[in-house]
Amino acid sequence: MRISPNFVDKIVKIGLNFQAFFTVGILIAIVAVIFFKGSPYLNLEFIFSSPEDMGRHGGIFSTIIGTIFLVLLSIFIATPLGVGTAIFLTEYTKESWFTKIIRFGVESLAGIPSILYGLFGFIFFVVKLGMGWSLMAGVLTITIMILPTIIRTSEEAVKTVPRNLRIVSYSLSATKWETVTKVVLPSAGPGILTGIMLSVGRAVGETAAVIFTMGSSLRLPTSLMDSGRTMAVHFYILAREGISMEKAYATALVLVLSILFINIIAYYIMNKVTSKYS
Amino acid sequence: MIKKALTKEHFVKYILTAFALSSLLFLFLIFIFILSEGIPLFHKVGLKNIIFGFKWAPTKGSFGIFPMIVSSFLVTFGALMVGAPLGLSCAIYLSEYSGKKLKLFLKPALELLAGIPSVVYGFLGVIYIVPLVRNFLGGPGFSLLATSIILGVMIFPTVISISFDALMSVPKTYREGSFAMGATKWQTIYKVIIPSARSGILASFILGMGRAIGETMAVIMVAGNALRIPTSILDPLRTLTSNIALELAYATGDHRLGLFSTGVVLLVIIMILNYIATFAIRRRVLK
Repeated sequence: MRISPNFVDKIVKIGLNFQAFFTVGILIAIVAVIFFKGSPYLNLEFIFSSPEDMGRHGGIFSTIIGTIFLVLLSIFIATPLGVGTAIFLTEYTKESWFTKIIRFGVESLAGIPSILYGLFGFIFFVVKLGMGWSLMAGVLTITIMILPTIIRTSEEAVKTVPRNLRIVSYSLSATKWETVTKVVLPSAGPGILTGIMLSVGRAVGETAAVIFTMGSSLRLPTSLMDSGRTMAVHFYILAREGISMEKAYATALVLVLSILFINIIAYYIMNKVTSKYS
Repeated sequence: MIKKALTKEHFVKYILTAFALSSLLFLFLIFIFILSEGIPLFHKVGLKNIIFGFKWAPTKGSFGIFPMIVSSFLVTFGALMVGAPLGLSCAIYLSEYSGKKLKLFLKPALELLAGIPSVVYGFLGVIYIVPLVRNFLGGPGFSLLATSIILGVMIFPTVISISFDALMSVPKTYREGSFAMGATKWQTIYKVIIPSARSGILASFILGMGRAIGETMAVIMVAGNALRIPTSILDPLRTLTSNIALELAYATGDHRLGLFSTGVVLLVIIMILNYIATFAIRRRVLK
């Protein structure tokens, strides 16, 4: 018996409908579980008091501060490096073997998994350069890890700046650098910001590369040479060592909410840009 | 005045060149330091005894990581078995069936979820998937199956997002041509659209594989970390990544070098996968 193609078509359509909602449902369920299990334990005291007794009691204040220090300092170094690279690749050179090699380097860095960044940061910054488990070692490792994202998104952003703007700027006898700083960068700004926000999101959620470079001390880091603990590392230790399920869920909720919040801002900026140019 | 502007331009160019070279420098440093720590043990113990050795007892001089290499590939394959068909059909649904409004909502929603940290996936795996496997199928629960499910879900966003872009880049005329021949929607998708988007879809699978094979924290939490080759999907296992993360904090001497040797093997596998992925993507762009 031959099954009619139209019948197959209907079955496939129903199947795909069901399956797409199933897939999206799983992902929504993940967020929902974290939200409902975590929210009863989440309050201002949890956010503004530091962990006591390995995290069994108290809050997560020192880990929030640790996360903010790590992320802000990494972004502070990675942004000029990444945007500078993107400007170099798009404005200062023609496509050649040299840009090809640099692009290859960036692509390769992007593909290296975070545990290998952790391994490298550990042997290079912590051991060979003698930094020990410190905020500094963590910052430098995370800087290298997020660099490729910043370069790629900045390059895309700079490429979307219309050619006319540059031509007008040059015709007013502006130099290349003046054109870049006064015309190209302001116009590519929102796109670059999107890349930075996405990198912030990645750094906030990172564990493997952070735990072996910044360590996991629960004290508030007061200098670059102090060890410290980020929220993601704290959550990992709470969950893995079964210290406290309640605290683990609450920490996960803060972690997921901050990352979703950061990513939503990133997409909001990106949408504004794409709607401006299309 | 003119001269001053020119020298400033030169200065800027040198600085930017240096910035651009920094990425290469970092890549170089990563390779040098992982290789220089990892290679010596290959000389001392022998390449064969490490890569094809079955016994990992680093404090007693055995550095066999063969079971971990096999396990890394098993979980990656498992993740693909879960994530690829689900992800691809979701991408097909989004690009061919869903309305514009739904598309505008679902695509960013899925990409947002790609930002959920891997430790959270691992944690939920321990709480929900592991007991489910243990109670319904037996074994310890911490298993190849549980790991594959968690990693499969983790690679959804990658697979969906890149396959979707590949499907959307198939020219509209292909679809119209196929409909004009009297083909149904499914026949069009199956015979025209998927073959045209093939290399992009392939790239999405390979990038998903790259993410799965490099994943560490989530795997440690659900895989059980046993030191042998699993004989069934319900057996616990230890991957290359988890081996490094589990022991790096306290390893010294040759033990630590052994972890770097594990890192070297991982680095080589990742580089090969990346090369294949860029090749697949480049072919798509050329077309």
